[in-house]
Amino acid sequence: MTDITKDAIAPPRSFLSQDAIQVFYRLLAALLICAVLAVLSDSFLSLGNILNVLRQASLTFFIASGLTLVVLTAGLDLSVGANVALSACIAGTVIHTTGSPALGILTGLACGGIVGLLNGIMVTALRIPSFIATYGMLWVLNGLTYWYMAGETLHGFPAGFRQIGSGYLFGLPIPVYLLLVFLGIGTFFAQRTIWGQEIYAIGANPVAARLSGIPVARRLLLVYAVSGTMAGLASIIFLSRLNSAEADIGESLTLPAIAAVLIGGTSLFGGVGTVFGTFIGALILTLVLNGMNLLSVSANWQPLVTGVIVILAVWLDMKTRRRAQ
Amino acid sequence: MSDALPIEVTSPTPLLELRGISKEFPGVKALDDVSFAVYPGEVHMLLGENGAGKSSLMKVLCGAYRADAGEFYYKGETVAINSTADAQKLGIAVIFQEFSLVPHLDIAQNIFLGREPKGRIPGTIDRRKILADARRVLDSIGFDIDPSTTVDKLGVAQQQMVEIAKAISQNARILVMDEPTAALSDRETELLFALIARLKADGVSIVYISHRMAEVFALGDRITVLRDGRRIDGVRPADVTPDQLVRMMVGRNVDMTYPRHFADKPGDLLLEVKGLTAPTGISDINIEVRRGEIVGLCGLVGSGRSEVARAIFGADPVTSGEIIFDGKTISGEPDLAARRGIALIPESRKSEGLALLRSVSDNLVVSALRRLFPSGLFDQRRAQRTADGLIRQLRIATPSARQTVGLLSGGNQQKVVIGKWLAAGSKLFIFDEPTRGIDIGAKSEIFALIDRLVAEGAAALMISSEQVEICHVCDRAYVMREGRVAGHLTRSELTEENIVRLGMHHA
Repeated sequence: MTDITKDAIAPPRSFLSQDAIQVFYRLLAALLICAVLAVLSDSFLSLGNILNVLRQASLTFFIASGLTLVVLTAGLDLSVGANVALSACIAGTVIHTTGSPALGILTGLACGGIVGLLNGIMVTALRIPSFIATYGMLWVLNGLTYWYMAGETLHGFPAGFRQIGSGYLFGLPIPVYLLLVFLGIGTFFAQRTIWGQEIYAIGANPVAARLSGIPVARRLLLVYAVSGTMAGLASIIFLSRLNSAEADIGESLTLPAIAAVLIGGTSLFGGVGTVFGTFIGALILTLVLNGMNLLSVSANWQPLVTGVIVILAVWLDMKTRRRAQ
Repeated sequence: MSDALPIEVTSPTPLLELRGISKEFPGVKALDDVSFAVYPGEVHMLLGENGAGKSSLMKVLCGAYRADAGEFYYKGETVAINSTADAQKLGIAVIFQEFSLVPHLDIAQNIFLGREPKGRIPGTIDRRKILADARRVLDSIGFDIDPSTTVDKLGVAQQQMVEIAKAISQNARILVMDEPTAALSDRETELLFALIARLKADGVSIVYISHRMAEVFALGDRITVLRDGRRIDGVRPADVTPDQLVRMMVGRNVDMTYPRHFADKPGDLLLEVKGLTAPTGISDINIEVRRGEIVGLCGLVGSGRSEVARAIFGADPVTSGEIIFDGKTISGEPDLAARRGIALIPESRKSEGLALLRSVSDNLVVSALRRLFPSGLFDQRRAQRTADGLIRQLRIATPSARQTVGLLSGGNQQKVVIGKWLAAGSKLFIFDEPTRGIDIGAKSEIFALIDRLVAEGAAALMISSEQVEICHVCDRAYVMREGRVAGHLTRSELTEENIVRLGMHHA
């Protein structure tokens, strides 16, 4: 082994954790992307564009933050996008029929949460691997939504409700406030509560976690329910922003959310990662797509670029982690 | 010590000689100027506590590690071992504790993995030739088995034989064995010893790592003792006593009798198990444990000891029976048992006891989160302080509480598993093979710790295959046979003979 190894180990042990270092590198990467885009495009640094990036990132982040908790337990929730679609359609219907946005919001959150809970039950009580359980759930939810909507589109919501997705407060889009709030809550939950600690422990070794007295099944239920509820929240923002709901709005949401989690440094093997990392992951993803738009790069290239970034991020993580051991 | 051994050897030139080997890792000097020679046809015992450098030396030998400094001589000629391929060319093969066999391939394919005789059609294997070749190798080590048997049908001892056959088929002249008897029964151990004698007669040299004193004297031609990465001495078994060897290994006097402060009268009843039956194969188990007691749970491997421990802890489902702990019936998941004050220190600490990638601190507080942070709010600094306290109390050798627990030695990892339940304030500690794979120094520390725990009003139920330990440490013991409690031994009846007699199958 070489001196590089020593250097890689010594500093984190003294003052920074491995997690903190990974987040730090990601912030640097995000800033670097910003710098490059600022040079290449005149409009990048405009206030309008920056707010637009943040608003875009917030949508991915809402879904990805709940998903981060699931991935921390070494699970996966593939049903988040389909969950957003169903929750949005149901919440939209409730607002249309009752005229009460508050009731609609509650229904959307509840719908998302119940779907998440069902995922959790499949994973814990039925012991179906989460990848398969939520993949099945994806199809079930799509089926339900298509049947329910029967090709219709819900249109036109009260102006007050539309403020949630498209309104501003003190010059900042409201979703950006929500982003900060949930970033705070998510980080607090993962780092500063004993449930968060237990979630990390479950992801690191589920057998040892159970034999250490952690109620693994209950924590997993919680995690999947939170992931579902965050999808429900995202559905409300979507509904309010688009001012319409269709059966297929969730189809392009799941994979970017997973990308944000992975770019953010959360390991699919569980036990490693942060909610803040996922926020930066969502930001990097949005910045790159925004930059490509500004530079008039064809949208056809976007999936390819996303894929390359995901692979690069995970590869760099594995490299640094291996070196740290 | 000088390199010149104070003993006459059968052959003037060593088959392989290592001089002044050093190997450093960040923060640790794993090997420090170690010299080591292997003569043809000898069994060379390598002794040392965990972390003494045995594994590192073994890995340098087989090319898995590159030494930072030092020279290698093969039959007197200087050579380089920079890769496993180099080592293989010199005829060095290692039988690790964890085998590297492919479970669903057959014995012959495993022996010749990557070197299969090619069939007439490109990409195929010449089945007839591979089976015949395998047969020949197996015969040469006296292992009578059909080479077309798939490896997953074999027991541990048989898999070990396949590993040895594989090494022999690669013309190994130096066989390094890492605790080869750790998972073997007495009968299997005898067969292995017979094979070692046979290999010796063929001129194969064996480097043998062991923690068992009896083996060292039964098998060894020479003994090299390592401590803290340094070679302490090289001796012949005839010239030393076990006590002297232990002193060389630990560098201090260790009381091998594990002092125990037996209570004058037993305390209150803490655990009462009545008619416990479980689908895991245990039936009608009746056990009592009182405060201040260490109760042994003995019997052969597979007699249901671990299953009893897991059932009490709630880790496995129970069909019928009752578990009364501290006056109240309990049934449910481990989290309930843990909250009530039961601790399980499982047999395989790496896979069941620890989150290896997490820090020492994280692992130490994981069972005590609710107790340390009743508000539900986690405080990293408080966790760290608790961990630091336990590290001092248990003398866990780690650079800091932030160290990844997977990097600690076996004994220190075990201390972390115990420490996590100390933090949780457990009242009953169920130990499943607490000293497996742990060196002598750490062993007596762990027993002293258990003694202190029960003296302070806790109780322990201890599963161990080491009957000596049970006899020295326990107040009394239950002996299991085929899923049932076959008998109970009081302190005065507690002898190795009685344990063996009760635990034996009477078929």
